[in-house]
Amino acid sequence: MDNLNLIYPELFIGIFLMVLLIVGVFKKNSFNLISKFTALSLLVAIPMVYINDNVSVKLFSNNYIIDELSSFLKILILASSAFALFFTNQYIKDNKIDQFEYPILIMSAILGMFVMVSSNNLIGLYLGIELQSLSLYVLASLSRDSVKSTEAGVKYFVLGALSSGLLLYGCSLIYGFTGSTNYYIIAENFDSRNLGLLFGLVFILIGLAFKISAVPFHMWTPDVYEGAPTSVTAFFALAPKVAGFGAIIRILYVAFGNVFVEWQIILIFISVASMILGAVAAIGQTNIKRLMAYSSISHMGYGLAGLATGIDEGVSASILYIFLYVVMNIGSFVCILIMKRKNIYFENIRDLSGLSKNHPVIAFSFTVFLFSLAGIPPLAGFFAKFYIFMAVIKAELFALAVIGLVTSVISAFYYLKIIKIIYFDPEQEKFDSITSKGIKVSLTFSTLLILFYFLNPSILNYFVNIASKAVQ
Amino acid sequence: MNLPILTIIIFLPLIGVLFILLTKGDEKKVNQICFNVSLLTSFLVFILSLLLWSNFDPNSAEFQFIEEQPWIGNIIKYKVGVDGISILFVVLTSLIIPLCIIATSNSVKFRQKDFLIALLLMQTMMLGVFCSLDIFIFYLFFEAGLIPMFLIIGIWGGIRRVYSAFKFFLYTLFGSVFMLIAIIFIYLKAGTTDIQELLKFDIDAKYQYWLWLGFFTSFAVKTPMWPVHTWLPDAHVEAPTSGSVILAAILLKMAGYGFIRFSLGFFPVASYYFAPLIFTLSIIGIIYTSLVALMQKDMKKLIAYSSVAHMGFVTIGIFAFNSQGIEGSIFQMISHGIVSAALFLSVGVIYDRMHTREIADYGGVVNTMPKYSIFFMVFILASLGLPGTSGFIGEFLVLIGVFKVNYLVSLLAATGVVLSACYSLWLYRRVVFGEMTNDNVRSLKDINKFEVMTLLPLLILTIVLGIFPNIILDTISTSVENVVTIYNSKISLLNQTNIK
Repeated sequence: MDNLNLIYPELFIGIFLMVLLIVGVFKKNSFNLISKFTALSLLVAIPMVYINDNVSVKLFSNNYIIDELSSFLKILILASSAFALFFTNQYIKDNKIDQFEYPILIMSAILGMFVMVSSNNLIGLYLGIELQSLSLYVLASLSRDSVKSTEAGVKYFVLGALSSGLLLYGCSLIYGFTGSTNYYIIAENFDSRNLGLLFGLVFILIGLAFKISAVPFHMWTPDVYEGAPTSVTAFFALAPKVAGFGAIIRILYVAFGNVFVEWQIILIFISVASMILGAVAAIGQTNIKRLMAYSSISHMGYGLAGLATGIDEGVSASILYIFLYVVMNIGSFVCILIMKRKNIYFENIRDLSGLSKNHPVIAFSFTVFLFSLAGIPPLAGFFAKFYIFMAVIKAELFALAVIGLVTSVISAFYYLKIIKIIYFDPEQEKFDSITSKGIKVSLTFSTLLILFYFLNPSILNYFVNIASKAVQ
Repeated sequence: MNLPILTIIIFLPLIGVLFILLTKGDEKKVNQICFNVSLLTSFLVFILSLLLWSNFDPNSAEFQFIEEQPWIGNIIKYKVGVDGISILFVVLTSLIIPLCIIATSNSVKFRQKDFLIALLLMQTMMLGVFCSLDIFIFYLFFEAGLIPMFLIIGIWGGIRRVYSAFKFFLYTLFGSVFMLIAIIFIYLKAGTTDIQELLKFDIDAKYQYWLWLGFFTSFAVKTPMWPVHTWLPDAHVEAPTSGSVILAAILLKMAGYGFIRFSLGFFPVASYYFAPLIFTLSIIGIIYTSLVALMQKDMKKLIAYSSVAHMGFVTIGIFAFNSQGIEGSIFQMISHGIVSAALFLSVGVIYDRMHTREIADYGGVVNTMPKYSIFFMVFILASLGLPGTSGFIGEFLVLIGVFKVNYLVSLLAATGVVLSACYSLWLYRRVVFGEMTNDNVRSLKDINKFEVMTLLPLLILTIVLGIFPNIILDTISTSVENVVTIYNSKISLLNQTNIK
């Protein structure tokens, strides 16, 4: 028990979560208070995680790992969730869904994510995923009076439960054939000639692909993104993706590291399918949240392309990609949340028409994010793609590189479509002016980071490289 | 001189942008200030580029004014420098931009401030392309230029601006992604992205073909070569005058520059192998687009198609692999940069008055605009390559160069010269001479002082370069010789190994 200090962040969040829950139950109209305390606790947890940044320790008889990778991802999860809480605050109040459960559910989801990225054991992984998913199911149907939101919640729950079932079945197969749920022991005993183990591997991959909405397990994404309140959608697009990636990296590179050839082809397929579907299906979308759903599907495809290389550069490129993806999505969702007139929020991309005349600064920021998502230099999104494809070409997966880059041109089309609406179309009624500080801060931060990342890419690369070393 | 002159030249426009962004207040006043600021910055850049040219040592084939800064990790550097091939494009770019800025005062009626920002950003990107000595930086500038150009066409363009802007953006982006793959591959094989080192590095012949094709897709779209030229007429027609000028005068030259620097320099074996492909596409391009130009009813479209034909000469000349051909190509690019810019500005002059580009709406312009007709005539004659104008030297050198390699190609290319005379003179006759059928032509006013300010320097240059071509040839010849010598030595080495 000497090393208990290493899981202080988890303990802190867990205990704080329960305290806030009790406060929320007994105190009426406590949304403001609890929301503030949640944000505060997330911010406090960041330095707590950061203190452990340079250690690599296995806890609880090798079943729980605190290393550079988990710390990096945890900080990313905390920071992005804190941003999400800040900039969605106004939306929640405007739409009168300011129940105290919202911040608390986010906090419990974060606890689940922590377990996901640190777990070195299939049971731990499953528990983490379930804690996260159950919180997310409830969050999706947060707007109880809205049919769409409820539908999104139910849809997400049914499909999510199915995928959890598959994941659990995969875990049981692996456990049955290797005799353990610990990643290290699985890695030792994994015999690629054993069909049962391969089935287990495939089922686990299906379950995880579902969680990060990779094709062909993406069906829930557009509906849930569209149906859920925008504040929740923004959260869906950020932290759960990071956690899912963390879990995938750890299980593939630690538990199944020896059977790289077996899962590489699966990952390449998932990656290519996600890139193509994300690019093609988004073209016809008119609802911006649905469009962002397809956009996130295609971005998951790029992220997985890095992991499919099986080389160190690929892992660090994927981690960098997911980092920049999160920053771009923070920015984009802030811009989506700005689309309100007289306290009514709009979601159709046509409502952005003429934004550049009414709100030149917001229009500029949104354009920066869109060009960056499309991967146009010198914005950060280009570098993210550049590192991915550098790894892909180094691994000599030329077909993957060509398909990836061609689909990036196709997806540029729908990003350009939004830019066209912002800049080329006639102006409409102005949006409400921004009063929320959270929105202003988030927008400024993400714009500056995306715009000026190119000035010194080495700083971020340094942290990412340290993080990726943990699984090599 | 220890001053980082190239960095200053490249990034000075950004300081102008910053200044424009910070000006606030009454709209009319702001527009005036922004106009003056941007004109001043671009003029300063022009002066600096002339200073650069005068300090340039034409007898050395080495890169000069090199600056180096570490950037990403240890390998990708910020490295800039110029040699005889690139320096004139720097001068050309910094010459054209001030003229574009002056032209905006007549052609851009709304959001002038944003337009000037886009123009200055564009200038930084274009200068960066010609100065960069690192392929990664090159790619960055090459691609980043898409953003301001997309906005220029889309916001200030004509009726079909959205379609044209999208076509321009997606075509170019599609071509460039293959170049990105090739660049990454080179980086992984050679372990460096430094152009100077890569020029000395021998890339394995078996990879060269694919890499060459990767660069080719990008440059072929940008040049543009037949059959991927279709974005150009659309983009030209819909873009505002200044946008067309930048497109024709400078953006197209990036590809020609890229062919000389990268295709020839990095992949000599593949260039030798694919030269027939280039010749075929260029010849088809020259003849086909010239015939298409003959049939055009829209003035800008006609000039756009003539640009495709003229760029066909450039690609032919480059892949003749001798000094006449390459010098001719560079000269043709410079000359085309000046002449096509002047032609688009000339069309802009009457478009601003009549708001139509249909040739049929004009006729008899000479009666009301005699001064304008003289300007327009000189540029038309330069475009068709009349001796005494700059257009002649380039085409002539290219034809000599090609004749040494393949007389059939040069014969077919020469028909392009005849055809260009046909469509250019016919255009001039229909617009300037003939009956005044349209009443609006009767009330036309001759060109004003802003327009003279933009056209006169170009007129002088057209004639001066036609009579004293050595101004340009002296600067480029040593570097071109060097490129040709290296190329020949690599090819003969290859032939020897093949014989063994």
